[in-house]
Amino acid sequence: MTSKPGIGAVVTAAVLVLAGCGSATGQADERDLTVFAAASLTDTFTELAEKFEKEHPGVKVTTSFGGSSDLVAQIEDGAPADVFASADTKNMGKLGDLATDPRDFAANTLAIATPPGNPAKISGFQDLAEPGAKVVVCTIEVPCGNAAAEMEKRTGVDIDPVSEEQSVSDVLAKVTSGDADAGLVYVTDVTAAGDSVTGVEFEESGRVVNTYPISVLDGADDAELAQAFVDLVLSETGQKVLTDAGFSQP
Amino acid sequence: MPRWLWFPAAIAAAFIILPLAAIVLRVDPTSLPSLVTSPSALEALWLSLRTATAGTVLCILLGVPLATVLARTSFRGQGLIRSLALLPLVLPPVVSGLALLYTFGRRGLLGQSLDLVGIQIPFTTLAVVIAQTFVALPFLVISLEGALRTSGTRYEAVAATLGARPTTVFRRVTLPLVAPGLLSGSVLAFARCLGEFGATITFAGNLPGVTSTMPLQVYLLRVDDPDAAVALSLVLVVVAIAVIGFARHGRAL
Repeated sequence: MTSKPGIGAVVTAAVLVLAGCGSATGQADERDLTVFAAASLTDTFTELAEKFEKEHPGVKVTTSFGGSSDLVAQIEDGAPADVFASADTKNMGKLGDLATDPRDFAANTLAIATPPGNPAKISGFQDLAEPGAKVVVCTIEVPCGNAAAEMEKRTGVDIDPVSEEQSVSDVLAKVTSGDADAGLVYVTDVTAAGDSVTGVEFEESGRVVNTYPISVLDGADDAELAQAFVDLVLSETGQKVLTDAGFSQP
Repeated sequence: MPRWLWFPAAIAAAFIILPLAAIVLRVDPTSLPSLVTSPSALEALWLSLRTATAGTVLCILLGVPLATVLARTSFRGQGLIRSLALLPLVLPPVVSGLALLYTFGRRGLLGQSLDLVGIQIPFTTLAVVIAQTFVALPFLVISLEGALRTSGTRYEAVAATLGARPTTVFRRVTLPLVAPGLLSGSVLAFARCLGEFGATITFAGNLPGVTSTMPLQVYLLRVDDPDAAVALSLVLVVVAIAVIGFARHGRAL
């Protein structure tokens, strides 16, 4: 190994890489907005982010979707989020003062997703307790799992799941692959999944309603811009995008 | 060696040690015993130990013949087979999980036929073992093939000229010669089994007592109960350190 030029090049390369990481903010008239949103909002918020970018030239919206409790933990650990939309009020509540002014913007109910054609012939919520039915639910830590547990309590149906997943997306993945007979997700997930699943609505679904709050976060770089995004979600345009996807009014 | 290498080398060492120290420092020593011995933690630990042991046994049963064939024979396409056998080592575990799902899943390549005879693998403890075996097998094969090549074939040839049959030679000469390599390979495979996460959560799912191993528990708990997650992480770190010490002691690392 040659000594001096070699290390010089390595150090230069390292400095360049580090510098590249630091200066990602870009020019002055370009603004960034980071939105953290529950996994069940993936389609609607992607659409709303595009609308927002069109209405605000020079603004780039970055979205991050995941289980609400996961996102809360990331925000608490200092993730650079400006806006947070949660799939339930409990997780928004965990943020305390970090969420400046939470407003409810949508509501969602549970639905059963089955592989196309519903091969296991699941026809209602009580069928999920049938022995031999491979049912996948969300783990109780995330809103969809909490809602599922609540639904079991209120209906007296005791589901014995084969897996407790991290988010609705993970539940859907196990259903679309055909390995689960049924998954308990939100009615909006069934709409969004289109032909890759067959949805089964059940009459008890109205007994558990998840309310979705959205809030500007305390550490937002540009609170005004963040508020503008929240306003868009609460506006008629935003509400139409949400209801088209199957969400109900809060 | 140029003296300046000390500086980047120290940074590299700190880069590895610091995060480990950070996790140890996050542990609350007063609550550690109760967190580590909680019923859910013990359940996950027990499941992890059982599956990792089963995975290691499968790795040995499958890996010893493969390593021997790769080390002791030469045939067309052997290089390709060797490269492919090492693939799970570099494949992202979540990709391994998807691949296993498309193989053993209900609509998978083999899973479809298995389903017809009533065998369903996803969501079972067997799925965890399969995922672990898949990702850990290359560790055993690499270690053992290296040991077999280093040990050479002289003693085997002598045994054969003395009239020992191939199976006897393999059992009485080859295997004892490479025992240290086999041991360290098995220990590494065990550690890899114990740490498996991505393929398990993709292929086997997550259910306490059935498929929710220690790494899955840590992942699950890190949001709602970070203290418990850190405590379980510490257990895994301790096991990992013990494994490395054991494998180094048994040479071939």
